[in-house]
Amino acid sequence: MIVMFAVFLLSLLVITALAIVQTRNLFVAVMLTSIFSLLMAANFFILDAADVALTEAAVGAGVTTVIFLAALALTGERERPRRAGIIGPLVVVVSTTLVLLYATFDKPRLGDPLAPVHTHVAPWYLEKTPELIEIPNVVTAILGSFRAYDTLGEVFVVFAACIGVLFVLGAGSKAPAAIDGSERDSLGLRHHLIPQVVGRLLIPFIVLFGLYVQFHGEYGPGGGFQAGAIIATGVILYALIEGEKAALRAIPRGALLGLVAGGAMLYGLVGLAGILMGGNFLDYSVLMEDPVKGQQYGIILIEAGVGMAVCGSLLTIFHAFAAREGS
Amino acid sequence: MSDYWALALDVLSVVLLTSGGAFVLIGGIGALRLPNLYTRMHAASLTDSMATLLIFAGIMLQAGLSLATIKLCAIMLFLLLTGPTASYALANAALLSGLEPETIGEEDDAE
Repeated sequence: MIVMFAVFLLSLLVITALAIVQTRNLFVAVMLTSIFSLLMAANFFILDAADVALTEAAVGAGVTTVIFLAALALTGERERPRRAGIIGPLVVVVSTTLVLLYATFDKPRLGDPLAPVHTHVAPWYLEKTPELIEIPNVVTAILGSFRAYDTLGEVFVVFAACIGVLFVLGAGSKAPAAIDGSERDSLGLRHHLIPQVVGRLLIPFIVLFGLYVQFHGEYGPGGGFQAGAIIATGVILYALIEGEKAALRAIPRGALLGLVAGGAMLYGLVGLAGILMGGNFLDYSVLMEDPVKGQQYGIILIEAGVGMAVCGSLLTIFHAFAAREGS
Repeated sequence: MSDYWALALDVLSVVLLTSGGAFVLIGGIGALRLPNLYTRMHAASLTDSMATLLIFAGIMLQAGLSLATIKLCAIMLFLLLTGPTASYALANAALLSGLEPETIGEEDDAE
């Protein structure tokens, strides 16, 4: 039954991908990428990767779509027709596909318990998590503690991406846009009563759900990445219905940059605190008397850092695009 | 006695799920076959409201009195709030961008 679902979703995925390549209308392409992400999230969920599914649904289908739309508002809606030859790209695509297909022959069967990935370190993680960290969600334990270096790297990638977008779009301390422009974009959807009322009703619950995902990450699917993205969608919804200026009044740009830098720094400082208290970098066991409690506190702290950095970056990038649009 | 009760609940939930699925199907066919944006949205909004209600009622009967039912209830409320709002926003955007709904007298002019 699950296999049938998976095959169905994967074929939809291929159809969507072909449609994205086919369409010349970029607006349609953006909507199709959103559908692609949602299908991918469903696929991840079928494979029991609930944490990844949550991230994919929130970031891929939610925030990225809004940012793409903001970027589209700066460019044209139609793809420029190209007169390039078809032979070269076709050769590259076909040969890559053949190589990838050849590589899948060496892949173990899906869900094979004897696959290398299930026999190498995974059993150790599964066995030691209840003993060393005592939290039910092993994914969070691996991300936050066992492989904390990798997650630190990811947070700094998010940080660097945010700084890069700000450099490219040049949205540092920008003078307010021309009067007519600023009036137009500060209106948002204010004259549309129904979306506004429903949005106002939903935003508190979206943010609350984000906080739940943030602090429930040790017990169920969730954690900083997902929570940051969900809270960011809540604030972006606010910006869409009340106007971008209102959202910037609620959370000013300085506070957002503070969240980005502070989140990344909080993660690093927790690592340094480990060194200062006599352990290794990012070894949380020394943070408290009881090593298990120390691990739990460390994970909560770094997850908070991750959430702050992700939420701040997504909102900063959104505002950077929206500010360009207003000018 | 409890066996009959469980069977009745099962039958009821299957009926609800099937009719919900039928609404999704009708909505899908309508969205593909109807002539213009507004009529297509009218078909698609079937899946938004009626199918959501029926399918979630069906799943809730399967879940019984548990935490899952409360979560399902929350998701249903969310969908019932956002679906029609999205339909409204879409129709409104179409109207504002200048797509006039066809009225009966003008059928000959269309296309």
